[in-house]
Amino acid sequence: MLNKKVKLIENLFDPAIKEVPTRNGYGEGVVEAGKKNPNVFVLCADLTESTRNLDFKKEFPERFVQMGVHEQLLAAMAAGMALEGKIPFITSYAMFCPGRAWEMIRTNICLNGVNVKIIGSHAGVSVGPDGATHQAIEDIAIMRPIPNMTIVAPCDALEARKATLALLDIDGPCYMRLAREKTPVFTTEETPFEIGKASIFKEGDDVAIIACGPLVYNALRTAEELAEEGIEAMVINSHTIKPLDEETILGVAKKCGAIVTVEEHQVTGGLGGAVAEYLGQVCPTIIERIGVQNQFGQSGTPKELIEHYGMGVSAIKEAAQKAIKAKKTK
Amino acid sequence: MEHIHDEEIKKLELIANRLRQHVIESVAHAGSGHQGGPLGMADIFSALYFHILNHNPKNPQWDERDRLILSNGHICPVRYAAMAEAGYFPISELKTLRQFGSRLQGHPERLRLPGSETTSGPLGAGLAQAVGVALAGKFDKKKWYVYALTSDGEHEAGLHYEAMLFAGKNKLDNLICVVDRNNIQIDGNTEDIMPLEPLREKYEAFNWHVIEINGNDMEDVIRGFEEAKSIHQKPICIIAHTIPGRGVSFMENNYVWHSQPFKEGEVEQALAELRTIEEKLITEHAQ
Repeated sequence: MLNKKVKLIENLFDPAIKEVPTRNGYGEGVVEAGKKNPNVFVLCADLTESTRNLDFKKEFPERFVQMGVHEQLLAAMAAGMALEGKIPFITSYAMFCPGRAWEMIRTNICLNGVNVKIIGSHAGVSVGPDGATHQAIEDIAIMRPIPNMTIVAPCDALEARKATLALLDIDGPCYMRLAREKTPVFTTEETPFEIGKASIFKEGDDVAIIACGPLVYNALRTAEELAEEGIEAMVINSHTIKPLDEETILGVAKKCGAIVTVEEHQVTGGLGGAVAEYLGQVCPTIIERIGVQNQFGQSGTPKELIEHYGMGVSAIKEAAQKAIKAKKTK
Repeated sequence: MEHIHDEEIKKLELIANRLRQHVIESVAHAGSGHQGGPLGMADIFSALYFHILNHNPKNPQWDERDRLILSNGHICPVRYAAMAEAGYFPISELKTLRQFGSRLQGHPERLRLPGSETTSGPLGAGLAQAVGVALAGKFDKKKWYVYALTSDGEHEAGLHYEAMLFAGKNKLDNLICVVDRNNIQIDGNTEDIMPLEPLREKYEAFNWHVIEINGNDMEDVIRGFEEAKSIHQKPICIIAHTIPGRGVSFMENNYVWHSQPFKEGEVEQALAELRTIEEKLITEHAQ
């Protein structure tokens, strides 16, 4: 049963559902952030349009900084600005920021204890035709071990807008992961969003599907298919990967006894890794991890790639069935 | 240009000598750390903390202070010595260098030591942060300067050139980058490891104003900084030609003293040589 309290859209599975990339939600959100706080700056590495910074640039030209193709400088210079009380949003493709800028993020931003928002667009294989060089599927894993880092992967454009504003309330480094491809907008203005608080989108007790990013929608579709077979899957939107909502994760593990994690990322080091590490310590539970299986991506359409790398509805469904079976034979 | 009295020069030279003694003592006490760079830069640190910088040791976060970003964080023993002499913390604390629980970390950390401005050490990242500070200062129409102290060896790091290019484009004339041109790095002489020359022309090609000084000649050091503050519409680079290990005969110009543990008798010899120089300075001072 869908959780009515989270107020998802009606006609959730309408084939004509509105689709918008999560990066667009950021683009709207950062303009609001700029209006709300005069210290907000956007630093952009030669990708103004594709990282959705055009509106901010128009609205606040004096607070828009063109960096050129300088992703290391993007992070290190932002640290310097933050030392002076500015709140830089540093933006590029996730492959380059945080990818290329890792050590500057770790040392100049995080060890330095300054307030910088790291925005990585074009994460995941759904970048599509650009191919493996531009498909960041290791970004969560490289950000997770850094102390004090907050990591958010919004499930749709609306949530990305809310998340952008929520980042402003955190006085410290945050990483937000965004996608290039258009994906369904299935939350509403009323859907609650709080960093660090996972949302139960659908109730169930046979298996819990814990997902982040636009694949939350695939998790819901999977649960719908499973329901037709009499299996009640719970679906959790774990938009915040760090700090993980341990209370909710533990609750669903105890209730369902079988878990499937879903993310457009390597299966190691991301959401699946975080859930497995936590539950392994407090409540060992059957876990199937959906994600890229220790491979690089390639060119293709987003849909082809999601299917090929095992993150489509059929793969999630199979993983859920496997987890349930393992639970029963445990 | 401000005229600097001989008395002031002598005072700064004496302080530089004290900083060198602190460097030897604190690194010896720590049992590890860097000596060559700190000794070579002692004159510049004396000039900065006791003549050039607008700062307040009792209020390290004073908003109108000049910002000093130490990019080559490994030479922090001389910065710590200068901060202690200036009154940021007691001189006795220098003995805690590199020890567990100390504010004086092996490479500086902002959150542990107020007044250190930034956390630094990984080479090539200091100018980049200084550029961010300078840009914020320009945005807020502040009068203060940002001094970025860098090593020559770290001019091999790509990030440094990203920062040079950005600063040139944005005409950050509130940014003064000092290059400690001592020609050594860990594995040998810079021109053998990875030639940096022509260095002056590199900065000029990136639209910087370049000043060259003898970084171990106090009058020339002060002249260089004063000239730097008269430049507009360009970031300023001061190439400071220094002698690594300056003041200690067996350490001067020898790259192994970039960082190397002292052997028996070396600390005493180094301190004895520095005290001889100190006495000479005091005698000259009295005349």
